[in-house]
Amino acid sequence: MTEQTFSRIETTASDHTGLRSIAADFSSDRSAFKNVSWGKAMMWIFLLSDTFVFSSFLIAYMTARMSTTVPWPNASEVFALTIGGVTLPLILIAIMTFVLISSSGTMAMAVNFAYRRDRRKTAALMLLTALLGATFVGMQAFEWTKLIHEGVRPWSNPWGAAQFGSTFFMITGFHGTHVTFGVIFLIITARKVWRGDFDNERKGFFTSRKGRYEAVEIMGLYWHFVDLVWVFIFAFFYLW
Amino acid sequence: MTDVPLGHVGPAPAADVEDVELYHPHSWITKYVFSQDAKVIAIQYSLTALSVGLIALVLSWLMRLQLGFPGVFTFIDANAYYQFITMHGMMMVVYVLTALFLGGFGNYLIPLMVGARDMVFPYVNMLSFWIYFLAVLILVASFFAPGGPTGAGWTLYPPQAILSGTPGGQDWGIILMLVSLMVFIIGFTMGGLNYVVTVLQGRARGMTLMRMPLTVWGIFTASFMALLAFPALFVGAVMMLFDRALGTSFFMPAIVEMGQTLDRNGGSPLLFQHLFWFFGHPEVYIVALPAFGIVSDLISTHARRNIFGYRMMVWALLAIGALSFVVWAHHMYVSGMNPYFGFFFATTTLIIAIPTAIKVYNWVLTLWRGDIHLNVPMLFALAFIVTFLNGGLTGLFLGNVVVDVPLSDTMFVVAHFHMVMGVAPILVIFGAIYHWYPKVTGRMLDDTLGKIHFWVTFLGAYLIFFPMHYLGLMGVPRRYYEIGEMSFVPLSAHTLNAFITIVALIVGAVQLLFVFNLFWSLRHGRASGGNPWRATTLEWQTPETPPPHGNWGKEVPTVYRWAYDYSVPGAAEDYIPQNQPGTQSSAGMSHG
Repeated sequence: MTEQTFSRIETTASDHTGLRSIAADFSSDRSAFKNVSWGKAMMWIFLLSDTFVFSSFLIAYMTARMSTTVPWPNASEVFALTIGGVTLPLILIAIMTFVLISSSGTMAMAVNFAYRRDRRKTAALMLLTALLGATFVGMQAFEWTKLIHEGVRPWSNPWGAAQFGSTFFMITGFHGTHVTFGVIFLIITARKVWRGDFDNERKGFFTSRKGRYEAVEIMGLYWHFVDLVWVFIFAFFYLW
Repeated sequence: MTDVPLGHVGPAPAADVEDVELYHPHSWITKYVFSQDAKVIAIQYSLTALSVGLIALVLSWLMRLQLGFPGVFTFIDANAYYQFITMHGMMMVVYVLTALFLGGFGNYLIPLMVGARDMVFPYVNMLSFWIYFLAVLILVASFFAPGGPTGAGWTLYPPQAILSGTPGGQDWGIILMLVSLMVFIIGFTMGGLNYVVTVLQGRARGMTLMRMPLTVWGIFTASFMALLAFPALFVGAVMMLFDRALGTSFFMPAIVEMGQTLDRNGGSPLLFQHLFWFFGHPEVYIVALPAFGIVSDLISTHARRNIFGYRMMVWALLAIGALSFVVWAHHMYVSGMNPYFGFFFATTTLIIAIPTAIKVYNWVLTLWRGDIHLNVPMLFALAFIVTFLNGGLTGLFLGNVVVDVPLSDTMFVVAHFHMVMGVAPILVIFGAIYHWYPKVTGRMLDDTLGKIHFWVTFLGAYLIFFPMHYLGLMGVPRRYYEIGEMSFVPLSAHTLNAFITIVALIVGAVQLLFVFNLFWSLRHGRASGGNPWRATTLEWQTPETPPPHGNWGKEVPTVYRWAYDYSVPGAAEDYIPQNQPGTQSSAGMSHG
């Protein structure tokens, strides 16, 4: 056959828009997602997998709630807090949600400054994000303590179906673990930013890969995901 | 079909790629033990999985001894029998087949076949193996724990799995099993992300998705499915662990045990079955799809013919992968779920037969008028087609609700899934080992030993599992320690059981011959050279055999064509490697 100067690989990417450009990217060589680094692709696929974990947890919770033979405790009473003589339903959880959503905002700002190569502001905003995350976990610990004092256990509780305590501790615990890991990695990444690892392309201790500012964005993907999951837990657990 | 790939087979652009940063080992430990090289990790995965496979093989012997000669071997009591059956099943499905196909073949073949230097995240890849190894240690530890391993059956159905009547239910067995599964899933996720991202983002110049060998397609699809299916098992394992260790009642309804009411209430045993099979059914295809892919390449190479309907083969893989997520409840027809579900799941189940049949037709059409070389890998590949077809046909019986109900929990089911996801994938594993061993070691496996191994395994498998269909149709139940004196089971069934056991012992013993061959040929095998099968795919074109760290020497290959340019008229040889530029393209194939 005659030598074609180029295959369709290079030309197509710019020729098309919308679905056609996606098809063009997928029929090209080397990578299916153009200009997406390995790390970012891996994080997205991991988050897809993690979505299935949380979905399974939430669906299992809904099944348990529907199949149990005893009435389910009333969420707005259980999660109420008496402050200054006034009983406010869901007040703590409202504050927690606000804190966590705010931390997504500071994370997004950190990503922005990371791409402007603003070392100090990036690190500061990441630490602020970590602080908000830690506050969230702290308030969750407070909520757990309160409920445990009121007699809620994984295997029983004073108000109704035992599965209430089981699912509550399991799902919020699993989410809290995600937040905690996020906080730890936020601090580690913030330290690297502060030290200038990403400016100097310092090699990773374990991986020996060059440090790049993109790590901040990948960290951000994870953090936003954890926030998004919380919205679902909030809706299905506290508002239902 | 043959002209379909034409549009894709043009010279690749010579874009310059900046070389990948690779971790270079400095000591013996980082080179061979905590290695970040996908090829070493692959060998570690394979050897571990094969060792677990040998344990599981011995367990099946013990089970068969009890079934064939009940009462003769007094050290096998009912508890031990259930423990053997459980561990055999779980080991084979998860720790052998999944680990071997994805961790073993995936690690070795993906980077080499797509022209990469390594997986995209070698460090995470290394962690993946060691976490898998930890999971295996935890699993094996349960043999030595008080009360022994769990005897709940590999499906671990609650409530029985965590009650005192089941071996390991109130001891360590079930806890170690669940923890081991959770650890395995964490380890697999690390590996699976690597396999998927390497295929999507780490290919060589000119390597489009539609130029990838089907082996890579199979492993890629299966890895992606596993990333979506294992979460359900993970969640089920966490919840059952809480039921067992914390006394929660996720899966535990109100229960009276030995006259005593347990402190449990309101849980749903069905929920576990849904979670388990949402993992469990895709798992069947997680094992089968890599086998489909590998067998396509074996057949094409050893019949010197391009694969028939490459594009259809790819789409069929993807269709099977997608469909397998909406069929899980066909394992639960007798569970008491809503009967309307049965209608839905029977329909989706039978639809899977369509893409599967496309694949079988395409394999056969690839063989048609091919230059078939009946060497050992090819024998195993051919045996796979027949065996998979057999297992698939009995799947049609079990997929229909009305036919499944009487056959449920009989030996027919055992025969079906052993043919379709036991024997068939393992035949492919053997074929693949005979095929790629020369690349891994630089030496051929011994041919005579290989042929003995093949014929005894192939014929033996049929002698073992065909009679089981018959036993099942007679109503002989599965998972029974003893058939005893059931009036509907004639005396001849016992004779048949003894016969199956003897064949199983022989077939098992021949596997030791295979293991011997693996070690013996390492030293004494015929030197193979770089490309003994004259194959087109990239792994056979490495500058050195076995490929060194970084795979490609100075420059990564550029891909100019698809993976199936065999018997090309006018070509210098009868095949053209994927990385060979030039004017010969697959257009000539329409005559071949």
